[in-house]
Amino acid sequence: MLTKIGEVIESNTTEFTVECYELYTMPPLGSLVRTADAPVEIYGIVCQAGTASIEPGRRPIARGKDETSEAAVYQSNPQLTKLLRSEFRVLVAGHRSDGKIYQYLPSVPAHIHSFIHLCSSKEVKEFSQSFDFLSILTSTRLPISIEDVIAATLREMSRTQTDPHAFLIAGGKSLTSILGSDYQRLKTILMRLRQ
Amino acid sequence: MEPQTNKILGIVTAGSVEKGVEVRLDSAASVEDMVVGRYVTIDGKKRRFFGMVTDISLGVTDQEIAIAPPDAADTFTAEVLEGTATYGALHVLPMLTIGGDADSVTEGPQPVKTVPSHFSKVKLASEQDMDLVFGKEDNSRFYIGNPLDMETKLCLNLEELVKRSNGIFGKSGTGKTFLTRLLLIGMLQKSKATNLIFDMHNEYGWAGSSEGGQRTVKALKPLFQSKVAVFTLDEENSRHRGVSTDFVVKIGYDEIEPEDIALLRQTLNLTEPAVEAVYQLRRRFGKDWIQKALEMSDSDETKDLLQQLNIHESTFQNLKRGLGTIRRLPFIVSHAPMNAVEGLLQYLERGVNVVLEFGRYRDTTTYMLVANMLARRIYNHYQQRMEASMAGNVTPPAPLVITIEEAHKFLNREIAGYTIFGTIAREMRKYNVTLLVVDQRPSAIDEEVMSQLGTKITCLLDNERDIDAVLAGVSGKNDLKTVLARLASKQQALIFGHAVPMPVAFRPRDWGTEESYKEFTHGGDAMKQAEKDIKDLFE
Ligand SMILES: Nc1ncnc2c1ncn2[C@@H]1O[C@H](COP(=O)(O)OP(=O)(O)OP(=O)(O)O)[C@@H](O)[C@H]1O
Ligand SMILES: [Mg+2]
Repeated sequence: MLTKIGEVIESNTTEFTVECYELYTMPPLGSLVRTADAPVEIYGIVCQAGTASIEPGRRPIARGKDETSEAAVYQSNPQLTKLLRSEFRVLVAGHRSDGKIYQYLPSVPAHIHSFIHLCSSKEVKEFSQSFDFLSILTSTRLPISIEDVIAATLREMSRTQTDPHAFLIAGGKSLTSILGSDYQRLKTILMRLRQ
Repeated sequence: MEPQTNKILGIVTAGSVEKGVEVRLDSAASVEDMVVGRYVTIDGKKRRFFGMVTDISLGVTDQEIAIAPPDAADTFTAEVLEGTATYGALHVLPMLTIGGDADSVTEGPQPVKTVPSHFSKVKLASEQDMDLVFGKEDNSRFYIGNPLDMETKLCLNLEELVKRSNGIFGKSGTGKTFLTRLLLIGMLQKSKATNLIFDMHNEYGWAGSSEGGQRTVKALKPLFQSKVAVFTLDEENSRHRGVSTDFVVKIGYDEIEPEDIALLRQTLNLTEPAVEAVYQLRRRFGKDWIQKALEMSDSDETKDLLQQLNIHESTFQNLKRGLGTIRRLPFIVSHAPMNAVEGLLQYLERGVNVVLEFGRYRDTTTYMLVANMLARRIYNHYQQRMEASMAGNVTPPAPLVITIEEAHKFLNREIAGYTIFGTIAREMRKYNVTLLVVDQRPSAIDEEVMSQLGTKITCLLDNERDIDAVLAGVSGKNDLKTVLARLASKQQALIFGHAVPMPVAFRPRDWGTEESYKEFTHGGDAMKQAEKDIKDLFE
């Protein structure tokens, strides 16, 4: 049984925001997560994450002047874990319906309060049999560099593969045909892929 | 490593019937595995095409890649780009349709009249496809060599081949003689034709030289004793070389006709009037005209005679000098003890192939005089027999193939109209006689003769005019030029014309090792079977 790591608190067709149940438990950039909204489960890629005060108006203040470590700060102020929350943003990368994975947008967005799971290696492997989702990612505009997100995604996925290098090459090739004439962009991503 | 045949090499992206098609190489296929001259099949929607790779190129989807290529150390990027943003492209010339349409099913491979549609898959030609196109060794097909870089055998239907005159070309030392010997063996085994070989350099009878004379290789006689007779013009030389001969050719003055002299006009340095005088002397003196003319002394009688014949004194002197050259040829006698033509015919009619060695007499005068004289008489004989057979009373003679080296001597523009060889070449096979011309300077051969050659096999040529002469009138000439120019300097050739459904660059079979001899004589088994069949037929 998969454990849920958080739930959707904001959602539209192309992306959703997830609040983590525990502070600082957001998955790494580029991770594959999914909702458990039967009949359609929505897959997405973690594209941005952050931690901030629960109340927008109240900013945290520095508290560690007399402490020896960060951990000690939280120990001395147990209320902090309740005043702060970790969130992450997910780009929709596909969905599964009737047991089949489709790497294009689902017809309806995720519900608010949908539970979010981090996909297992097996599921990542299954999802990454196709690179069609890359074309959804490449056409997205984000406040952060999408090239970084794409590179992180492929790197994350490559860990589940028997031949990570071959996987990265294949992913790179798909990107090449998607980006076509945009050689500069391609180069930016490839630079972040090579080990 | 030999790429697999069933693997898809790429897909067709553009093209035209005339220029051929562009094939985008699949990213899994490496350009470096491709070779120009390789055969491929293209699975069109309605028919299958058979073609040849004529060019291989590298392409980029974005010019920027060529301008700012990845770092040489960045193998990752290079690997990603390979086959996607950078790709290999093949230029393929579709040549045949093999299967798919009705004609090619019933009649075998057909010349192409269209191009495969967009994105048709291209594969290396399979063994079966190759057999379909290049033939399988059988009773009439002779294995002559292998298409370049391939195991497949190229097999020619020699029964078909000998129906027309053919040519073997290539610059000096490229393997013409070796190739000719191969074809002769083929004919000897797989066709009903008999061969007469004018062997100017003594390479076809007992032994030929190899590797620039450092080694000798067997020729036809030691391999096919009973099927080959060696005639010689130079008995002493044959004895000196320790080879036995079946017939010593002597030529009597009385056998030389004015036409024979007319041909030698240039080599003998005769003037135009001197040639005319020859005809007059022949009319006046009959068969013994040469003897008589040479005997004419500086007397008043002679002057009167010349005046009567309207031959100028200086013309006569010019002619006499020319005839003197002929008289000095050692095999010329006033009267030959045995008629060489009859001797030849006796062997040829029994189906024995004849090699006529010239011994030391390799000068142009001898070669042209003898080859032309003998060939003309033999041709006349075949002509009579064919006409008789058409009248319905006798069987036609078995086809005769006459091999001439240095063919341009007989077939150049000036004299092709007069020599018997010119006649044979132009008449095709009207009288069951065809030529196998072997030459290193095809541009010197009369265009009309060249155009009549059914099948041409050419080794490397480097003179532009020779290349043009050989490829004149062939479709896809430019592509073939590239192929021709890339042939190795030895033992590689391009064949095109009647005997093959499409041009093929190939490596002629090896000649000169014990195994090779064994393979050639072993091929005779089929022959023996054929002989047995014939025998059975009559019993
Ligand atoms: N099929 C072959 N097998 C083995 N060796 C070959 C073959 N073809 C050519 N060679 C090599 O190439 C050399 C030249 O071949 P060949 O004598 O047939 O040339 P050529 O074209 O007839 O030359 P030339 O114009 O001088 O008569 C041979 O001596 C031999 O070493
Ligand atoms: Mg030769």
